[in-house]
Amino acid sequence: MTTATLAPESVGLTRDEYEEIRRRLGRDPSQLELQMFGVMWSEHCGYKHSKVTLQLLPAESPRLLQGPGENAGVLDIGGGWAVAFKMESHNHPSAVDPFNGAATGVGGIIRDVLSMGARPIALVDSLRFGPLDDPTSRRQAAGIIAGIAAYGNCVGIPTVAGELVAHPGYRGTPLVNVACVGLLRHGDVARSRAAGPGNAVMLVGARTGRDGIGGAAFASEELDTGSEREDRASVQIGDPFAGKLLIEATLDALRAGGVIAVQDLGAAGLTCATSEMAARGGMGMRLELERVPVREEGMRPDEILLSESQERMLLVVAPGATERVAETYRRWGLRAAVIGDVVAGPSLTVHFGGAPLMSLPPYALAEAPVYRPSAREPATLRARWTMPDLPMADPAKALRTLLATPAVAHKRAVYEQYDHMVQVRTVVAPGAGDAAVLRLPELSPHGLALVADGDGRLTDLDPYRGARRAVAEAAANLACVGATPLGLTDCLNFGNPEHPEVFWTFRQAVTGIADACRAMRIPVVGGNVSFYNESPDGPVLPTPVITMVGVLEDVSRTCGAGFREAEDIIVLISAADPDLAASSYASAVHGIDAGRPADVDLDAHQRTLAVVREAVMCGWLSSAHDCSDGGAAVAVAESAILGTIGADVTLPAAARTDAALFGEAPSRFILSLPEHRVSDLQTLAAVHGVPVAVIGSTRGDRLRIAVNGQRESASTIDLPLDELASAYESLAEIL
Amino acid sequence: MRFGVVIFPASNCDRDCVHVLHTVLGQEVEEIWHEERSLDGLDAVVLPGGFAYGDYLRAGAVAARAPVMTAVRAFAQVGGPVLGICNGFQILLEAGLLPGAMLRNAVLRFRCTTVHVRVESTQTPFTRTLREGQVLQMPIAHGEGNYFAPGSLLSTIEEAGQVVFRYCDADGRVTSDANPNGSVRNVAGVCNPAGNVVGLMPHPERASEEVLGSRDGRLLFESAITTVIARREAPKQSHLYEIATGLRPSQQGRSPRPFGARDD
Repeated sequence: MTTATLAPESVGLTRDEYEEIRRRLGRDPSQLELQMFGVMWSEHCGYKHSKVTLQLLPAESPRLLQGPGENAGVLDIGGGWAVAFKMESHNHPSAVDPFNGAATGVGGIIRDVLSMGARPIALVDSLRFGPLDDPTSRRQAAGIIAGIAAYGNCVGIPTVAGELVAHPGYRGTPLVNVACVGLLRHGDVARSRAAGPGNAVMLVGARTGRDGIGGAAFASEELDTGSEREDRASVQIGDPFAGKLLIEATLDALRAGGVIAVQDLGAAGLTCATSEMAARGGMGMRLELERVPVREEGMRPDEILLSESQERMLLVVAPGATERVAETYRRWGLRAAVIGDVVAGPSLTVHFGGAPLMSLPPYALAEAPVYRPSAREPATLRARWTMPDLPMADPAKALRTLLATPAVAHKRAVYEQYDHMVQVRTVVAPGAGDAAVLRLPELSPHGLALVADGDGRLTDLDPYRGARRAVAEAAANLACVGATPLGLTDCLNFGNPEHPEVFWTFRQAVTGIADACRAMRIPVVGGNVSFYNESPDGPVLPTPVITMVGVLEDVSRTCGAGFREAEDIIVLISAADPDLAASSYASAVHGIDAGRPADVDLDAHQRTLAVVREAVMCGWLSSAHDCSDGGAAVAVAESAILGTIGADVTLPAAARTDAALFGEAPSRFILSLPEHRVSDLQTLAAVHGVPVAVIGSTRGDRLRIAVNGQRESASTIDLPLDELASAYESLAEIL
Repeated sequence: MRFGVVIFPASNCDRDCVHVLHTVLGQEVEEIWHEERSLDGLDAVVLPGGFAYGDYLRAGAVAARAPVMTAVRAFAQVGGPVLGICNGFQILLEAGLLPGAMLRNAVLRFRCTTVHVRVESTQTPFTRTLREGQVLQMPIAHGEGNYFAPGSLLSTIEEAGQVVFRYCDADGRVTSDANPNGSVRNVAGVCNPAGNVVGLMPHPERASEEVLGSRDGRLLFESAITTVIARREAPKQSHLYEIATGLRPSQQGRSPRPFGARDD
């Protein structure tokens, strides 16, 4: 073995880390080993700076079948069925190569869910870009959306929910977070622990090429201005056709038996999959690299070990089943090669051309050092809590502006590019309700509800509260379609954790998620951390994104967000007072991101959600929509536009007229229902101690919003629905 | 009756079609692997949507040359009912079993939405029990659904009644606003001259249950079932014979003809 001639820094390691490697190995690493440590101990693979903090997140649930630590979390949904889900970021590759970066992000998360033995049934994508009038941001947005569409559509997994936010805080560092949900039987849960000495190690799927080498290390660096040109070789290229074949072949292989463990190949390729599988099982592996099917002649061992070629999985297979497994993959036009076997004792041994190349303990690679970075509250944070005195904007104009804001506007231009109906489960399609609803014919009449929520602006102004609000908001969205939260997966997008202010923000956000989840008894079953989201302008807005999965008792009773009938009564359920601090109104209308976001009272929130959820499942409601960006006025307008029915409402007074209209707070909902159901709702709300106010009715083709106690002319919005609808459709012109 | 649903590598609506035909409509369904060379024992064949062979090269181009297509061609030749949905339609075009070609959507992007189509011909097994002019609501999901046929071919198929569905608005008006992909003359589906091979871009299997928003798509499958059963029963029951063949009972003296054979 040749001792490393590379400097540790050239593979992204520090001198201390190099010393740690020497300590673990009892010798100097070879050059090849050093490269492997470089990717495995990158932040992307090793979670060096986040591991300790992530232990704050609760995973307890009576429904938990598999918590964090596997490729995806698994929760019981009854009747012998379970769901597996996980969210992951693909931010860095998508910044460099928007189309391929986003496409491979989709492929990667699908394989995570597949490796739990689940059939993937839905995708959720949460996207953040710089301002869409900026040409680079717009090009990135178009490429990323097209990449998600190209992959998801071909593999036949519907993209049913998501977010799209544009803000200067994401300029140059778009965030692409994709979640996948899969369905499986309890008995079919697959795991990634290597077991049984003598069992075969099989590499299945696409052949190994020279693409994406060092991708994980690259994802752990800040992007500079030359990144788009120089780093393209670090971006993997996806092949959705192979991805689809891999799904079917792997499910067939798992069904046929003999497969003992499964792991997908993502970041750091074979290096990561072999060392993690072996380390998790407390086993070793012996690999013969020349048996790896390669795409081109003459690939070196380091290239084979570090390649991030897509659409590959690693299986541990009982010796008698290897031919059957290979035949299953062949039937689907894919390769399956035995590349080694499981051995007793903790050593990962790699041979090439018959000669031993290296041998080391798998855990030495798989368990990166853990850091406790220093944390410091951002110096400017408290100063930004002072809200400047906002001038009163023209209410009608402000409403149009808010409706046209990408975060609020109709996402039709995006989700029409995604097949959101394949697999014939989609009951509430994207855009039609606060969360997507999928039926489960396997468990009829039950269904699943999915939603993604995050708010970088709020998190930036108060990371603890912002993160709690994201969890609360996701649960509120689920309540609107009648669903009870089952669990969540999160994607934590932050800047460089070695900066104490970034790390403090991260830790506050994780604490916020953890506290909200404990209070609401929602387990966090897995997720992903993406650090180093920094461009020359600085770190990205700190953005924890929550994908929450809920269950519905009866999908036929679910509810959309649009008004359904004229002459329905419109009701405001509100457990908190609206506030302009950190509001979308302050941001989008006045260009001011300031003020301390209100915290969410989780007890009141839970009671409010119970009222909404029960009212939906009783079939009383025509529509249910939560008040989020833009407050009650925007929520009423959205329900009117989506239902193409006007409304006439008078909102309760607040500190200022614009606060009554556009102020934000958690635990607020706009519901519509037939008059004869109003007393039922009031009784239900009284039982839970939740305030309900009748604020008007649905009618005509105009939207009229007044504020109680204010003079008509100054405060009233009175606009034809068409005019609002065209503002709401603004993304159609941009994307 | 017994349906065959063909599975190409990366077909992705095959399971949906099996679900509707078997679970919803209670029919026997056989999954037909793309390497299959025989369709013996089947009453009708469905080519489902998806991205067969990744749609690399051109949508449907590789699949049209798969071994199973030889069997599909033979099945079609003897009058067997064949329905191509979305990618299945593209495959039938590439295989030359249907006239015309598919271009990229005029908007140059994939489009998934709900549309209306008007039934233009009831001379196919899949529309026999529908009304001409009937408006159906079904989803579309495709990037290459812009149907094209050059002028002379278009006149031929229009005159021969081979246009089976046209995109329209909810009231059945064929307008350019109702055309989701730029298809020439709003054509959403066509059939072969005999009428037994039908292709359409909308997805009837996604519109076969109330909980998904529409049951209109189911009418196509039900029509095929009624037609096939009627053909079996034809010698005995004249009114069903008429439904099955389009012939009046007085014309029964002639030998039974394949589906869609024209009364001219």
